[in-house]
Amino acid sequence: MADLYYLTIEEAAGLLAKREISSRELTQAVIERIAAVEPRVRAYLAMTTERALAQADSADARIAAGERGRLLGVPVAIKDLLTTKGIATTCGSKMLQNFVPPYDATVVSRLFDAGAVMVGKTNMDEFAMGSSTENSAYHVTHNPWDLTRVPGGSSGGSAAAVAAGEAIYSLGSDTGGSIRQPAALCGVVGMKPTYGRVSRYGLVAFASSLDQVGPFTRTVRDMATVLNAICGHDASDSTSAPLDVPDFTADLEKGVKGLRIGVPKEYMPATLDAGVRARVDEALAALEAQGAIVDRDVALPSTEAALAVYYIIAPSEASANLARYDGVKYGFSYQQGEGMWDNMEKTRGCGFGAEVKRRIMIGTYALSSGYYDAYYLKAQKVRTVIRREFDAAFEKYDALVAPVTPTTAFKIGEKTADPFEMYLNDVFTLPVNIAGLPGISVPAGFVDGLPVGLQVIGKPFDEAMVLRVARGYEQTAAWGAKRPPL
Amino acid sequence: MKLDRSVVTHMSKLARVELTDAEVETFSEQLSEIIGHFDALNAVDTEGVEPTAQPLPIRNVMVDDVSRPSLAQEDVLALAPNTDDGYLRVRAVLE
Repeated sequence: MADLYYLTIEEAAGLLAKREISSRELTQAVIERIAAVEPRVRAYLAMTTERALAQADSADARIAAGERGRLLGVPVAIKDLLTTKGIATTCGSKMLQNFVPPYDATVVSRLFDAGAVMVGKTNMDEFAMGSSTENSAYHVTHNPWDLTRVPGGSSGGSAAAVAAGEAIYSLGSDTGGSIRQPAALCGVVGMKPTYGRVSRYGLVAFASSLDQVGPFTRTVRDMATVLNAICGHDASDSTSAPLDVPDFTADLEKGVKGLRIGVPKEYMPATLDAGVRARVDEALAALEAQGAIVDRDVALPSTEAALAVYYIIAPSEASANLARYDGVKYGFSYQQGEGMWDNMEKTRGCGFGAEVKRRIMIGTYALSSGYYDAYYLKAQKVRTVIRREFDAAFEKYDALVAPVTPTTAFKIGEKTADPFEMYLNDVFTLPVNIAGLPGISVPAGFVDGLPVGLQVIGKPFDEAMVLRVARGYEQTAAWGAKRPPL
Repeated sequence: MKLDRSVVTHMSKLARVELTDAEVETFSEQLSEIIGHFDALNAVDTEGVEPTAQPLPIRNVMVDDVSRPSLAQEDVLALAPNTDDGYLRVRAVLE
């Protein structure tokens, strides 16, 4: 049998259902794999091994009693910004180093109800602010394809864990590309569902009008399976959409014949890395060969303003959201100051890392008297224009296709000195968050041994179409089946 | 446009985040570059365009006014550094 830790969810569920393997064997294989490669990859902030084995035994008992389920007994890794009852949830920050939440995030309890086995909590940029996982207050995560390079971010630990065989699938979050970008750089499938599709209850807030939870998997079919488990309305999150959720596996195999695919030319600029462009061009040719009608001349003219919109709206919302870390209710607390305000300023000065402080400063500036209209209000209006341009495009196209990132994975340390250079990594992903659309990154080959992602973007709540196009492409070239040389 | 150090210091006061002198210096340079890129907004005509606060078409979500279980007070207060008889304790607010 192939290495158990590199099974897909579908393969694992099949073997578990036929009782050819047990959840305990599968979980043990993943735990042993973690022990073997984690010193080099460092995808995790904490392992939950004992609990994982207990959950595996419980899953085995449910299987023995005749229960079947796609996620029953399958090991998962959870980004450390989703609350887990009784298990520290640090958000990659010293501020929450000792924070042990008294409740599970809705997505976590949905997975646990489905029989998931949580093997650990994954590394991330502090408060999900970053594109390389280098902003973690704890340690750097290494790209399994080249250990001298970043895995992307902010969900870099969750992406690297799936790529390295340290989990069968994982959960992350995506505010401006934090699932799709690391998925692309690590050669796995990663999806941000429509804003409102997945509950954010128990997701530590970064930018509340942009944040969305989503999975990392090895195949598009697995992606559909995990979405089936986590999507849907939640009364605990007033921004979760009160809409029925279709079975995302239903239309997966319908193919792309006759589908209208648009390629926004602003996403294929002259500055795009030649290797990335070549892989995207090959993917488009593959979709055409399958009968898709591809138009390479779609215009989304306000794309160039999207980066500015994002870096006003996200820090503004963050500066408000992170006001809750005051050293009074939970988290790090500086107690030796001269008084309440001094304690609070020192709590936040010591508890937050550089990027978090930088964004709080940007957001405070954009919201401050005299700048609010020029920056925040103007950004919200441009946000409307960006959404309208997408809406107009979706009247003509079933889906849009673009690169995920301008380059492949960069070297650790290469971009840490220049924050703006780092922000440019998300230029093709953050417009999708601004407009609240679903987007996926699916492996599209390699440049010099490093993975490239293909992005498929859909209409709001049309995840089914995004998955169908991604699956149609994946069938022509199963790049996700390649494994890194670890 | 160069963001003056005094502006960064003022923002840090508004946000209640203590910054070191070195951080103020670095941020004033970095924020100047980042905020300089915000001028890209001016290229988009937003005359008569309404702002978007969030992308969903839902507004004012209400819940039924009935009591339901919540987290236990002791579990929540256990997370706080300083409590007293069921309250969060802080240093004097008015001095």
